[in-house]
Amino acid sequence: MTTADTSAPADLDVPLDVEELTVAFPTDDGLVRAVRGVSFHLRRGEALGIVGESGSGKSVTAMAVMGLLPETAQITGSARVLGRQTLGLDDAAISAIRGKSIALIFQDPLTSLSPVYTVGKQLAEAVLAHFDVRREQAWDRAAELLDIVGIPDPRQRVNAYPHELSGGMRQRVVIAIAMANDPDVIIADEPTTALDVTVQAQVLEALETARAETGAALVLITHDLGVIAGHVDRVCVMYAGKLVESGSIDEIFYTPRMPYTLGLLGSLPRMDQARSQRLTPILGTPPSLLHLPPGCPFAPRCPLAADVCREHEPDLVPVAGGHAAACHFSDRLIEVTPTDLFRPTATDARVLAELEDDR
Amino acid sequence: MTTPLPPAAGVVAPTPSPVLSARHLVKHFPVRTRGILKRRIGVVHAVCDVSLDLGVRETLGLVGESGCGKSTTARMLLNLIPPTSGEVLYRGTNVTGLARKQMQPLRRDLQIVFQDPFASLDPQMTVSALIAEPLRIHGRYADGGREQVQDMLRTVGLNPEHGNRYPHEFSGGQRQRIGIARALALSPRVLILDEPVSALDVSIQAGVINLLEDLQDALGLTYLFISHDLSVVRHIVDRVAVMYLGRIVETGTTEELFTSAGHPYTQALISAIPLPNPHKERARERIVLTGDVPNPVNPPSGCRFRTRCWKAQDICAVEEPALVDRGQGHPVACHFAEVRPEII
Repeated sequence: MTTADTSAPADLDVPLDVEELTVAFPTDDGLVRAVRGVSFHLRRGEALGIVGESGSGKSVTAMAVMGLLPETAQITGSARVLGRQTLGLDDAAISAIRGKSIALIFQDPLTSLSPVYTVGKQLAEAVLAHFDVRREQAWDRAAELLDIVGIPDPRQRVNAYPHELSGGMRQRVVIAIAMANDPDVIIADEPTTALDVTVQAQVLEALETARAETGAALVLITHDLGVIAGHVDRVCVMYAGKLVESGSIDEIFYTPRMPYTLGLLGSLPRMDQARSQRLTPILGTPPSLLHLPPGCPFAPRCPLAADVCREHEPDLVPVAGGHAAACHFSDRLIEVTPTDLFRPTATDARVLAELEDDR
Repeated sequence: MTTPLPPAAGVVAPTPSPVLSARHLVKHFPVRTRGILKRRIGVVHAVCDVSLDLGVRETLGLVGESGCGKSTTARMLLNLIPPTSGEVLYRGTNVTGLARKQMQPLRRDLQIVFQDPFASLDPQMTVSALIAEPLRIHGRYADGGREQVQDMLRTVGLNPEHGNRYPHEFSGGQRQRIGIARALALSPRVLILDEPVSALDVSIQAGVINLLEDLQDALGLTYLFISHDLSVVRHIVDRVAVMYLGRIVETGTTEELFTSAGHPYTQALISAIPLPNPHKERARERIVLTGDVPNPVNPPSGCRFRTRCWKAQDICAVEEPALVDRGQGHPVACHFAEVRPEII
């Protein structure tokens, strides 16, 4: 499964180290290459954001690290949690890491909570799984954790079943469970996507509290650039299974060097800008991961695309300091704004071209 | 034909002759026990006394969180569900209680685009058939319908040659364009857009928003834009009505609402939207509401927002605040309405 050496010394300043991770799923139609060589390092206490649209491979990356992918998935590369390889571990071995060193928060709290147990029991179970404490102590800890994430009347709420709680409260219970074992890394996969905005604000606050309490590093996976802007230090942008840009939060938002990142920023209606500004969508749709054409996967949608882009896929290379971009023309993007690059059109360029051909 | 009613108190109404108006719409859904008897054990107060006016060629945004009654209001406006009380006027004609047959000519003028482009298109029909369906129903297909379908596809930015494909062959954004083409097939005057871009990725969403703007300019359409996403609403609408638990709590022009919101809920809603601008986002002082939206089966007395409001006083539990101008220049339903600077 994996070629990496599993006995490397633990670098305690990098609790999560992902190196050249690839994930492919065999299907009847062929191999779906969901993640294609993703590397990132999460430093102690740091918050790293992974942004990308549906199908870009963000969630699969997280699931691979946690050992949650089905057995049919073909995984290569390495993912180390506190220096310990998690890829290819059997169920018992990964269970010792999961929860204790690394915790995962999913988008939908109803799927991560069991409907037949009270939230107190589920929290206590998480505590008991890794700590040698008495049952009563575990229940006390459960109520305490609910209190920390801002659930009112925690002593009563431990006896509630998930269906008795609102979506925002359930997600806070999931955050409490994630905190239970004082993990070194919390991976939150679209933790607020299913929630209303005012509830989203509450849950994000609970997540910040959880980080402050545990000192855990955070990987925040989301499609929402606004959520990213407020909660992480560094950002990785994913497209078609690869990291296409990575850098500090300021580098990604104020000086992006990959056309896709610029396109994403230009597509957003901005509350902090004049209303009259027209949006600049990225035309076309992301490629199918089943039959990826050679070259840069963004080339068909990219206004800068040239022949070289259709032949060679660019590597993620440093453009300045810790800022890296995967684009043959990233040096042309210095001080370029989305409106310089993308047109404020409503129609797909390819369709326009097809329509032109018809005439 | 009746003459247009004078605007009711607190109505969202700057336009002299609205195309579509709602007057004191109320919708209660019964809650019944399971089993054979289905005894009535309660009532969901989905929409309570909602009045609004849609002016020609304008876009009214109806915003609020899940369960606030936005979509129920939209369905009543289209007479898809009957209101418990209140009425809907289309160009001065009362459409509430009209029979299916009487409603049919009006259906041409009032169309809806749904949120989920995966669920709202019949997977067994080709795209052309989907767009032709409303034309056939209204007996307009025989007369150049085929060309009209092709035009429609072109209008929404799709290739007419792809008309014989099925919905699953298209991406989410393209499917939403098919939904828009279908709604536009009968040349309606009013389009109700129920979360039209919420299911789409941002890069795709922007194209659909631009398309909606272009279509409105080109065809002179009137939009009711329902959304929970305030940044999209701010971008596309002219006026906004904010709903909370079945009631309109504040309404005004987009400019007024985003610069001088007076209702604590509107302020919290605006404040909760994360800005994709790290410097601003980190410097903001966010209003974080406590608690959750109460159950609409048993809404709080007086002001419905009082259970989550930091300004709530005794009067809020007793007296329901009317939706009137309280010095903010636009109607606000709060006893303690006050503009709060620097929310965004």
